[in-house]
Amino acid sequence: MKADSNEQALLKGLANNDSRAIETIYKENFNTIQAFILNNNGSYDDARDIFQEAMIALYEKAQSESFVLTCQIKTYVYSICRRLWLKRLQQLGRYTNQVDSLEETVPVEEDLDNHEKRNAAFAIMDRAMNSLGEPCKSLLEGYYLKKLGMQELASEFGYTNADNAKNQKYKCLMRLKKLFFAQYNIGE
Amino acid sequence: MDDILLLEAIERYLSDDMSAEERSYFENLRKNTPEIDQMVVEHNMFLHQMDMYAAHRNLRHSIHDTHQRLLERGDINEGAEISTRGRVIQLWNKYKRVTAIAASVGGVIALFISGMVMYFAPTVNGNQLQQLSNDIAVIKKNQQVQGNLINEVKSKLPEGVRFVSGGSGFLIDPKGYIITNAHVLKGSGAIVVNNKGQEFNADILHIDQENDLAILKVSDKEFVPRKSLPYGIRKNSSDLGEEIYTLGYPRNEIVYGMGYLSARSGFDGDSLSYQLQMSANPGNSGAPVLNNNGEIIGVLSTRQSSAEGVVFAVKSRNIFRMVDAFKKADTAAARIKLPSKSTLKGTQRKQQIAEVEECVFYVKAFAK
Repeated sequence: MKADSNEQALLKGLANNDSRAIETIYKENFNTIQAFILNNNGSYDDARDIFQEAMIALYEKAQSESFVLTCQIKTYVYSICRRLWLKRLQQLGRYTNQVDSLEETVPVEEDLDNHEKRNAAFAIMDRAMNSLGEPCKSLLEGYYLKKLGMQELASEFGYTNADNAKNQKYKCLMRLKKLFFAQYNIGE
Repeated sequence: MDDILLLEAIERYLSDDMSAEERSYFENLRKNTPEIDQMVVEHNMFLHQMDMYAAHRNLRHSIHDTHQRLLERGDINEGAEISTRGRVIQLWNKYKRVTAIAASVGGVIALFISGMVMYFAPTVNGNQLQQLSNDIAVIKKNQQVQGNLINEVKSKLPEGVRFVSGGSGFLIDPKGYIITNAHVLKGSGAIVVNNKGQEFNADILHIDQENDLAILKVSDKEFVPRKSLPYGIRKNSSDLGEEIYTLGYPRNEIVYGMGYLSARSGFDGDSLSYQLQMSANPGNSGAPVLNNNGEIIGVLSTRQSSAEGVVFAVKSRNIFRMVDAFKKADTAAARIKLPSKSTLKGTQRKQQIAEVEECVFYVKAFAK
């Protein structure tokens, strides 16, 4: 049971973006996945992409409230990577007679669907953010992403007081929302 | 301006930043104005989305950093040189001597180990595995028995050469391309004999020692190319327990054998081949292994000498792989078209054999 509680702790760390936990999971799993991808028509870059995508999927899984660990992290990560890689190969139309595998896998289709939906939403947010222009982008990033105080932002961006900065922030926010929802609602 | 005030109010409401009085006023407003309620919901969702977006970006950063860190530390390896050159040079200067010693120790150990492997590997395999090509002694005997016959029909063998090994082979293209085991072709040339005893000259086109496969091309004018091949070559893996049969030349006449697929990997976990349960004898090497649908699932190659009836066949997938590689290396191979469809599906075994038989050849390798 010790291993289990260990893995739980790792996942908790991952959910809190703890760099030690990320490093441990990374170190324990990356080489297997890299070998798997390299053995199946992939490159080093592919391996890194796929593995990092799987780390994020694992993070999402660890964050969801309904999360229960039904298998080892290793198995879960491998299953995700395998699925992602098969999909990627199919998209590229590369020769995929049979992906060699001797490892056990768990079904991950549902998790991956959720993951993809989230990714799509993030991509929209990314685009919206990037089309905002400065100083809106940095201002909003400072407030909502880096969680800086209004006072700090005012001095950093050269506003005379926090209220002015706040006003500007809301103007920017309204533009961002418009950009975001224009895309997001189509996607729904 | 109103919009901004409203947005600010909503944000403060959502982040619990209102006094009790203000809050109840706002809640009342929200209850009575569906538009405002709608905006609150929307904004709440948007803020949530922003939070997740932020968390994601941070996570991506930390994962990326972790990757770089582990790469620098050498915990993971991407096959390329490390990007932070300045540090590498520093480290190199610092540990030059240690590295040199470690490298030479490593080199000695590597040499030692490869020496050991070289020394032991062939003997282990040699003891436990037996290649199913006929060796010279067997052929010699055959020649003695059949000496007259061969003289009568005037063999196609060039003068002054002798047999070194023999095995089976089968057509992979009706134009006369024959596949067999690499270990069958021990000599400098080969002739092939069909099931009626007719001999044809053949050229060795390609030998792939790794997969233990080789391609011959019948170069004889007497050879009449077939219109098509009855069998197909299976691309996918086959199932455990599948019933299989083979046709080969352990003697001068074609011999039928049957059995089943007993393991998905070959000797000592070799993933390039299958393990089969059937009887096979020297000379069966290079013979096709077919399933009930008349699809070729492998090429018979070796047997385990310590066990009865344990035979190994190179998986058919490797035929595709080898032909693809060969096509890349040599334009002469572009004409090879592997049969993918079997026309024998659903026919009786006897009928299948009658058709397949004509495409299986006795391969005799000779040396000067």
